[in-house]
Amino acid sequence: MKFPHHNARRRRPQDGKTRLGALLAGAAAVTLALSGCAPAASGEGAKADIVVAIVANPQMKDAISLQDDFKAKHPDVNVKFVTLPENEARAKITASVATGGGEFDVVMISNYETQMWAKNGWIEDLQPMADATSGYDTADFIPTIKDALSYKGDMYSVPFYGESSFLVYREDLFKQAGLTMPAHPTWAEVSALAQKLNDPSKDFAGICLRGLAGWGEVMAPLDTVINTYGGQWFDKDWKARLDSPQVKSAVTDYVDLLQTAGQPGAATSGYGDCITRYSQGKAAMWYDATAMVSSIEDPSSSLVAGKSGYAPAPVKDTKSAGWLYSWSLAVPTTTKHKAAAWDFISWMTNKDYIKLVGNKIGWERVPPGSRQSTYEIPEYAKVAQAYAKPTLDAMYSATQETSMVNPVPYPGLQFVGIPEFQDLGTRVSQQVSAAIAGQKSVEDALKQAQLYAESIAQSYEQGGK
Amino acid sequence: MTTTMTPHSTAPSAERRSREARRRLSGSAITTGTWVLAFIFFAPVIWLVMTAFKQESVAASNPPVFFFVPTFDQFAAVLGNGAGSYFLNSLIATGVSTVFVILLAVPASYALSIRPVKKTQDVLFFFISTKMLPVVAVIMPIYVIAGQIKALDNIWTLVVLYTAMNLPIAVWMMRSFFQEVPAEVLEAAAMDGAGLIKTLRTILMPMVTPGLAATALICVIFAWNEFFFALNLTAANAATVPVFLVSQMTSEGLFLAKLSAASVLASLPVVIAGWVAQKQLVRGLSMGAVK
Repeated sequence: MKFPHHNARRRRPQDGKTRLGALLAGAAAVTLALSGCAPAASGEGAKADIVVAIVANPQMKDAISLQDDFKAKHPDVNVKFVTLPENEARAKITASVATGGGEFDVVMISNYETQMWAKNGWIEDLQPMADATSGYDTADFIPTIKDALSYKGDMYSVPFYGESSFLVYREDLFKQAGLTMPAHPTWAEVSALAQKLNDPSKDFAGICLRGLAGWGEVMAPLDTVINTYGGQWFDKDWKARLDSPQVKSAVTDYVDLLQTAGQPGAATSGYGDCITRYSQGKAAMWYDATAMVSSIEDPSSSLVAGKSGYAPAPVKDTKSAGWLYSWSLAVPTTTKHKAAAWDFISWMTNKDYIKLVGNKIGWERVPPGSRQSTYEIPEYAKVAQAYAKPTLDAMYSATQETSMVNPVPYPGLQFVGIPEFQDLGTRVSQQVSAAIAGQKSVEDALKQAQLYAESIAQSYEQGGK
Repeated sequence: MTTTMTPHSTAPSAERRSREARRRLSGSAITTGTWVLAFIFFAPVIWLVMTAFKQESVAASNPPVFFFVPTFDQFAAVLGNGAGSYFLNSLIATGVSTVFVILLAVPASYALSIRPVKKTQDVLFFFISTKMLPVVAVIMPIYVIAGQIKALDNIWTLVVLYTAMNLPIAVWMMRSFFQEVPAEVLEAAAMDGAGLIKTLRTILMPMVTPGLAATALICVIFAWNEFFFALNLTAANAATVPVFLVSQMTSEGLFLAKLSAASVLASLPVVIAGWVAQKQLVRGLSMGAVK
């Protein structure tokens, strides 16, 4: 590499040499002095400052807007929030907790992380504090969620809300077209209905399904399809099984359905896009998280509020097929304010909080799927009439026993509960997304996916984990 | 002669006329093309500003809506969301780091351009080579070190990083501006008995002020827009505006209008800084081009 020269230049009088040195030293000293007077933040007398990292979803933002209630009850605790979208939050929280960064006193994680992190000793056992808090009642949590957030019988994170998956459909359009949704639809039936209602000339999709790459995007619904088709990521002996005929058939049907009756541009369309499409009246059906109801039944942002019916997750060879997911709160072991952190967590996840949201913000905004008692509140039962029972049914039946054909060595329904899955799931999802976009065949995509899975499987086979 | 001249003289003039017409045509084609290109580049910005004044449901509607009743709801929501501390942090990180960069880059580039020594080229290459490693490759070590020295979520960590990040570019830019200063001017100053500080202050700095403004503005833009370090190294106390922007996004529910409003607010300080420095900037940017 060559640099421009400046010829014959610059033979200067030497007088400035020492002064230049002094100038540089001075600048360096200023830099050091200023950067040395670093830690400016934190500390406010006897008050405990806690930092809470949460995902920027509407219900979490509601909690922030209600923080005055917490402050009134706990004047000695000062709460600061860090809100980030799901992907950024997950990456940041994982990095912080795994390396002992210690920026956070409360973190929002899910049932994917809880058991792994509890095993690693990264998060506190919350059971003793929960038991010691009067009226907290951990037995009230929905059993499948409680199990998913427990390690060796103790809860290491407590649910803020929980979700499964179900199928939403436009009751009004079904009636118009003289169609009926079966009480327990199969994927074949859903596919036939989608073909009938699909109308590309009006930019109207028969069904909206996630196609966007990402283990938390396309893989979530697709994994439940794979499960009910009898497929699995790994068999009991940790052999990778993404090349099995069942997986191939599941992925082929999913891709075919999207290509023939799905939304346009499906390969780049995720949960957020499907919310927009469905709530703007651009799709007849949508299979996704039960948490969708807070968006699509909200008349201020949805054109189809009150026009939908709900059916269980479509199945093939199993009784049920829905997934199980929970955004929950945990305390990293690096915290110096464990008691204050629990004070905040117990405020945000107890029965009173549900009522607080209902009374102050609105009953349709209540975080669903965490406590059974929520569904017994008359005001909530009234606004959630259309979807309360389908949500609860989906959550109760979201177990591996009822949603999978063959036993697997890992926890999780729409994910594989191993640390490597974030990377593996994302890489496999990119293959699937490419197949949805028509860039490669399902067969080629799965061949590549199987290679990825095999490389992970090796360490588990050898490690005999 | 005249008879023979006439055809000769009319032919070229006709040719000239048609050439001129062609030139005019191609001139207007270029003008139109420029406008079209400018519009293509500017359209996303217009769309961003328009979306900021929409309601969420209007912003999400497909086909897009061009005529709507403007609202300030999104700006109110964004400002009511504790935007102040993010802007303050960005202001500190950007302002202080830019001052540091200028304080360090001016002497360094002076030495490298006006008094080059033996290994000047190697030093310059070393400076620029620090920009060749992708940031993501060093984030984990930086994160762990910052954690160990208790410097996570501290605005001064960002100040130090932004200073380091912008310094190589500033040195290279300032060096090219210093090189434009004729050696004779400096020699004349020396002859008149001006020392280094006096030469720097009264002779050099006024001559390179446009360059200095351009360099400072580039540093301000880079530091203001920096996202990756800010996202990974800050939490509740030191988060900057770009982190605030992403916190407006959500995977559930609509957010386009609010995000647009936040983006408009976030862009304003840089636009204002650019507008203030515009005159200096144009001179500064063209300074290296014409001798």
